[in-house]
Amino acid sequence: MGDRRIPWFLILPLLLLALWHLAVTQHWVAEGIIPAPSQVLESWRRWIFGAPGKSLSPYSGTWVANVLYSGRRVLEGFVLAAVVAIPLGMFVGWNRLVARLVDPSIQLLRPVPITAWLPFAIAVFGIYDASALFLIGLGAFYPIVVNTAHGVRDTNLLLLRAARMLGAGERTVLLKIVLPSALPSIFTGLRLGVGVAWTAVIVAEMIAVKSGLGYVLWDAYYVGRMDICVATMFSVGLLGFISDQIIVRLSRVLLRWRVLERHA
Amino acid sequence: MREPAPSVTAAPVVALRGVSKEFNGRTGRLVALDAIDLDVAPNEFAAVLGPSGCGKSTLLNMVAGFDGPTRGEVLFRGEPVSRPDPRRSVVFQEAALFPWFTVLDNITFGPKTCGVSAAQYGPRVEALLEQVGLRGFERHYPAELSGGMKQRVGIARVLIMEPVLLLMDEPFGSLDAQTRSVMQELLLSVWERQHQTVLFITHDVEEALLLADTVCVMTARPGRIKKRLAVDLPRPRTLETTTSPRFNDLKREVLGLIREESRRAASDEDRRGLGS
Repeated sequence: MGDRRIPWFLILPLLLLALWHLAVTQHWVAEGIIPAPSQVLESWRRWIFGAPGKSLSPYSGTWVANVLYSGRRVLEGFVLAAVVAIPLGMFVGWNRLVARLVDPSIQLLRPVPITAWLPFAIAVFGIYDASALFLIGLGAFYPIVVNTAHGVRDTNLLLLRAARMLGAGERTVLLKIVLPSALPSIFTGLRLGVGVAWTAVIVAEMIAVKSGLGYVLWDAYYVGRMDICVATMFSVGLLGFISDQIIVRLSRVLLRWRVLERHA
Repeated sequence: MREPAPSVTAAPVVALRGVSKEFNGRTGRLVALDAIDLDVAPNEFAAVLGPSGCGKSTLLNMVAGFDGPTRGEVLFRGEPVSRPDPRRSVVFQEAALFPWFTVLDNITFGPKTCGVSAAQYGPRVEALLEQVGLRGFERHYPAELSGGMKQRVGIARVLIMEPVLLLMDEPFGSLDAQTRSVMQELLLSVWERQHQTVLFITHDVEEALLLADTVCVMTARPGRIKKRLAVDLPRPRTLETTTSPRFNDLKREVLGLIREESRRAASDEDRRGLGS
């Protein structure tokens, strides 16, 4: 079972693509609502590389700029979230007093969906990047802080004892034992966080700012360019996948010991 | 050969004075250790032998400073033990190596943490790697090592600290029989050179007799010291020692004590069963 030479992963996407194509060409869906795959591809190509000659269309040659807008926001918001959430999560997981002080508030605020924060963000930060940054950072913050704290709490007692009997103080224990031990969990948090960050950037750009893929998505919908909407969806999916892969690759380098453990 | 019996007059390295340990369990108070008195003299290899659940690991944890007694005192060189200390190093049953560090980084963790310069510990690392047979494995991660190799690292990691007292909590308990014998011989050869004071926890009668100067036989819960006997087998010892007539005499004696103990424990259970 599972010949390695056959690209199995392609079968399902190709089937879905064929189904989509048939649904449009065979008129299984109402005409003019859903564009055919070929049409989306053509619009996407033009969106990326631009139409021949000078074009004033917002969907000609503007893809890279919009990807950079959204990508930069995700990166900034995500880094901001990680920088705050990892140390905070460490303290929440490590110190019972900090946990009692901070954890209930985190748990209480966490169920508030990122979309519900939109009016608040716009009221406070206005229709600027700060709004988007706030929403993205907040969305990515929760999974990172929760997973970091969980990883810290899971540190093997025996390893803590081993470090202490070798003369390690609190600082050494935290940096050399607790942090590496929690790292797999922290990476889980980062992966979940980057996913939320892409969700948040689209929501924020739909309403709180006037650029980026989210803005294009909503704008294209208003002018009836479903082909661009679908192309945007694919773009976001692709970017989300790439950012996740970057984190996964980074974790494989930093968690080499763990990869070995799994193969042992 | 080393001087026969540890001197009685020398101040003990470890002294337990009326040490009791109770835990609050789900079904009420559990007495793990009851009124333990125990001295370990300098350069003595002391084994504590007992069935599982007799509290012998609890005893070691208190000497290590991981846990405090409910009653009584645990003294290390006359001072009450309050926290873990590199002078009282522990070899754990599951090696407890830091999985994110290589063999070399695991071994040098202690000296680095205690601010010892590389120039000072460097040569000792080389000697230790040779002594415990880890040369060529310096760059390996613990996950790449067998159980026996891991425990070699666990031993090297504490020997580099030149501890006053070596605490060993069933260090070879999870190894297969053959690896265990190899590790016992390794420990003997290491010990013959340095004569550290050792407190060695085990449930293996032969292991205790092969390695130790004295063996404390413990009772089942609540843990008490039933009898302490001197192992007057000549040193240096090897696995051959286990075939000597004297070894067998001692083994018979210890097994007798254990059998007596398990019979007592069983009748206790019976009585409790009838009573309730």
